[in-house]
Amino acid sequence: MGIFDHIFKQPRWGVHPEDHKRPAADVSLRTLPPPARLYMPLHQHVGGAARPIVLVGQKVLKGQLLAEAQGNISAPIHAPVSGTVTAIGEVTAPHPSGLGFAAITLDSDFAGRWIETARVDDPFALDPAEIVRLTAAAGVVGLGGATFPAAVKFVLGKRLAVKSLIVNGGECEPYLSSDDRIMRDCADQVVDGARIVMHAIGAIEALVGIEDNKPEAIAAMRIAAAPFPEVKIRPVPARYPMGSDKQLIQTLTGKEVPADARAAEVGVLVHNVSTCAAVHKAVRLGQPLVERIVTINGGAVANPGNIFAPLGTLVEELLAFCGLRDTPSRLILGGPMMGTPLLHGRIPLVKGASGILAFDAREAIVPEAGPCIRCGGCTRACPMGLLPLEMATRIRAGDLDGAVGFHLTDCIACGCCAYVCPSHIPLVQYFSHAKGELSARERARLRTDAAKRLAEARIVRLEREAKEKAAIAARRKAERKAAKAAAAAATAAQPEGETA
Amino acid sequence: MNHSLDTPVAAPHTTTANSAGRVMASVMAALAPATLFGFWLYGWPAVYLWLITVGFAMLGEAFCLRLMGRQAAPVLFDGSAVLTGWLLAVSLPPWAPWWIGAFGGLFATVLGKQVFGGLGQNLFNPAMVARVALLISFPLQMTAWVAPLPLFSAGAPGIIDGLRITLKGVPAGFDGFASASLLGFAKTELSRGLDLLQSLLHAPAQAWYGSRAGSLGETAAWLIAGGGVAMMFLRVITWHIPFAMLAGIAVPAAILHAVDPARYLDAGTQLLSGGAMLGAFFIATDYVTSPNTPRGQLIFGAGCGLLTWVIRTWAGYPEGVAFAVLLMNSLTPIIDSYVKPRIYGRDRKGAALEPVK
Amino acid sequence: MLVAVGSLAVLGLALGGLLGTAARYLAVEENPIEGELKEMLPGSQCGQCGYVGCGQAAAALARGEAAVTLCPPGGRALAEALAARLGVKVDLSAVADTGPQLALVAEEICIGCCRCLKACPTDAIVGAAKQIHNVIREACTGCAACIDRCPTEAMSLVPVPVSLQHWIWPKPVLAAA
Repeated sequence: MGIFDHIFKQPRWGVHPEDHKRPAADVSLRTLPPPARLYMPLHQHVGGAARPIVLVGQKVLKGQLLAEAQGNISAPIHAPVSGTVTAIGEVTAPHPSGLGFAAITLDSDFAGRWIETARVDDPFALDPAEIVRLTAAAGVVGLGGATFPAAVKFVLGKRLAVKSLIVNGGECEPYLSSDDRIMRDCADQVVDGARIVMHAIGAIEALVGIEDNKPEAIAAMRIAAAPFPEVKIRPVPARYPMGSDKQLIQTLTGKEVPADARAAEVGVLVHNVSTCAAVHKAVRLGQPLVERIVTINGGAVANPGNIFAPLGTLVEELLAFCGLRDTPSRLILGGPMMGTPLLHGRIPLVKGASGILAFDAREAIVPEAGPCIRCGGCTRACPMGLLPLEMATRIRAGDLDGAVGFHLTDCIACGCCAYVCPSHIPLVQYFSHAKGELSARERARLRTDAAKRLAEARIVRLEREAKEKAAIAARRKAERKAAKAAAAAATAAQPEGETA
Repeated sequence: MNHSLDTPVAAPHTTTANSAGRVMASVMAALAPATLFGFWLYGWPAVYLWLITVGFAMLGEAFCLRLMGRQAAPVLFDGSAVLTGWLLAVSLPPWAPWWIGAFGGLFATVLGKQVFGGLGQNLFNPAMVARVALLISFPLQMTAWVAPLPLFSAGAPGIIDGLRITLKGVPAGFDGFASASLLGFAKTELSRGLDLLQSLLHAPAQAWYGSRAGSLGETAAWLIAGGGVAMMFLRVITWHIPFAMLAGIAVPAAILHAVDPARYLDAGTQLLSGGAMLGAFFIATDYVTSPNTPRGQLIFGAGCGLLTWVIRTWAGYPEGVAFAVLLMNSLTPIIDSYVKPRIYGRDRKGAALEPVK
Repeated sequence: MLVAVGSLAVLGLALGGLLGTAARYLAVEENPIEGELKEMLPGSQCGQCGYVGCGQAAAALARGEAAVTLCPPGGRALAEALAARLGVKVDLSAVADTGPQLALVAEEICIGCCRCLKACPTDAIVGAAKQIHNVIREACTGCAACIDRCPTEAMSLVPVPVSLQHWIWPKPVLAAA
């Protein structure tokens, strides 16, 4: 982009942190040698956890269904390697709490044998409903990190008559380059997948948004999309969080997604480039989602780069493959702006893991927080136009309702505010805490309402039982009285008959 | 810091290299050229007054922190007390006695800032609070302006003499130092019935680069403006408040000067006199006491400018920046509550937008 | 000077009189607060506060007869909320904040006597004579009415286990208070 573009087209929101993508982005893709054991979590997507359908001891092939989707919004889980199911238990979740979640342990037989897959030569001849079914059966979810089941989104898009598909090649987080790599190396798959998605939802165009700090990816995608005029490559200014749905939609189409509404209501649907490639594999090759490209980067990594690895591989194995210079001071799943801190490396790779960062001591420094000097930097940086300093002040004082009054619920937790704060106040932590407390409060309120109803129901039950008892007792009394009266009448009638 | 169960570390895991201390340092660097010029222009007493004011401001801060049971050193090093004292010193008469600087410095940090809760909690600009307190308590000392007596020039007091002036006051035999500031002169003449066109002909001399009687901040108006523009390039402040405040002074001044030049000073003189430049670039732009949003800042700046001009023209004081800034500071919370940015996906009132396909 | 003193005194008396009259004749009825307080209480009618049900407790609070710390299941959060609503100052350092708790049946010890079952105000315990009892988590409010009824001490109160979905980021602590 020229100097004028730079001055006039840069959005005013957001921040421009140091990239840190190269040299990792430029290293060619490496494939991880299949690990001996992996742990396939059952809940790698938004919605209901999958239900296991295999038994311990069962032998499975690569791509075999391990767990079924549960409910309307869910996704199935498939085996990333061929081998034996050795346990169905718990493994540490990629979550800041370090709590566990259910996972299936697989011991690989190193044969790498796939199940029988059905190839489709012309997906565009298929009914869109069939594409939805194939995508759902393959367990494809949003691979940019949101992990929303793709098939459910297709149905939504078709129902709301979405005309534009936005393919998200933004990858605005520093350090990460897995989308960059997939665009450079597998541009054909991405474009084909995008066209299949277009067919599934009935869109007439696809706008591929790629940040301009990825010139090689833009070039590769342009070549791949050249035969298809409906797939348009659109470079966008590199600014965090350009890869956020709302911001990308606004930059590419000028439309704003209304608050509390979905993107589909303004006629667009957003899918990540890796998700499109996964759709291509699922529909054309019949292969379920069992592996992905993940960026391994950070100061503590000896040979950073992008690795093609099976899901369920432990983070520590990925790091060992790339080599560690010394013990990482922090492990992060995702990017530095929104990533989840990990307690240790014995956590499996999940569908939404676009990158694993191993920070050295210098990168992991957390400066001490000072008082808010009300500089307004956070307000200028916020891509949603909120007032982080006001929300944080209220949350600090315990006034959660006041924070909600400043539209805390519109916060996308992008981290721009905390990034620019000169006092290094952990603003996002305040907001995450407040959102959690509000959810807990709502749950508690529902609970007390339910408890009140139960208590009232119990009182009604006791009253009814007491009434029934009283009614039975009254009836028995009446019966006895009647019997007594009858007996008395009988005795009274008798002596007159018996005189002799 | 390691992420652990006891100390979970939240995203973002990276942050800007900026810090509150750095921001203060940039402001001080922007203020330094004007201050040094003022030292040269007014000599050693000015230096001593500056040292005393800044020193007592830091003393006040340290005292309050000790009272609260907190460590004084880290807070002092964030530079905000130094900056408060510096801004106050630059708005005082350069040859004021030492106790003016001492009292002012203490008042600024203790009653202007710490009693509210420390950095970020005060409603009013601490330096201006102190200046106003001094002005209404000691009007004589606070309006005793001197004509410039550049360092090392004939008649200028030396190091020891300068110290004596600051500590004990000007000796009886000292010649030709007292002068009125331009605004003070204009007001006095107007109140005597003389119109400006005549009185300005024999006003106290001023060189275009600012060699005139006034405070340190007044004389170096161009250097102040230069420092302010530098701060804008460093992104320490934005253009909104300075532009609005200067416009708020210049526009009514220009209009009324065109209507009646004998009664109203012209815009150029208004902008270069008194604390207009200092106020616009360094005082009104104080983060804590100004609104958060650009539109709010424009309103705030315009209000400061307008009030300054009104006080200068029609009120009892020749200089109005301090009062104007304090009055607008009191309106900052109201401005903030009415002027909020538009949220993505919502209209100006905060209701969700209608979907547009 | 006498005029000044006199006029200010008369003004003070007049305005004070006006305020007093308004306080007497335009006062707001205090009753609506009782409904509000009732809503704030858990509503499980467990009786630990000593009153017969939450409605009575709310009335007592409104009259100012009861302390804001009267409700053990509500814990410190409820005491704080009540204190804030009633405008009373209260020292809550002694109130243990154990967080939400659930009753738990130790199945090895339970003899199936049904005593706890009958005591539960929300019917959260399932069981029958000579059958092991169990607590339905969603219905239990942690009121502890059942704990002392058990003859074999099989009932205990345990903290609600934290789940992945319900974990909350802690509020950041300020470095220097």
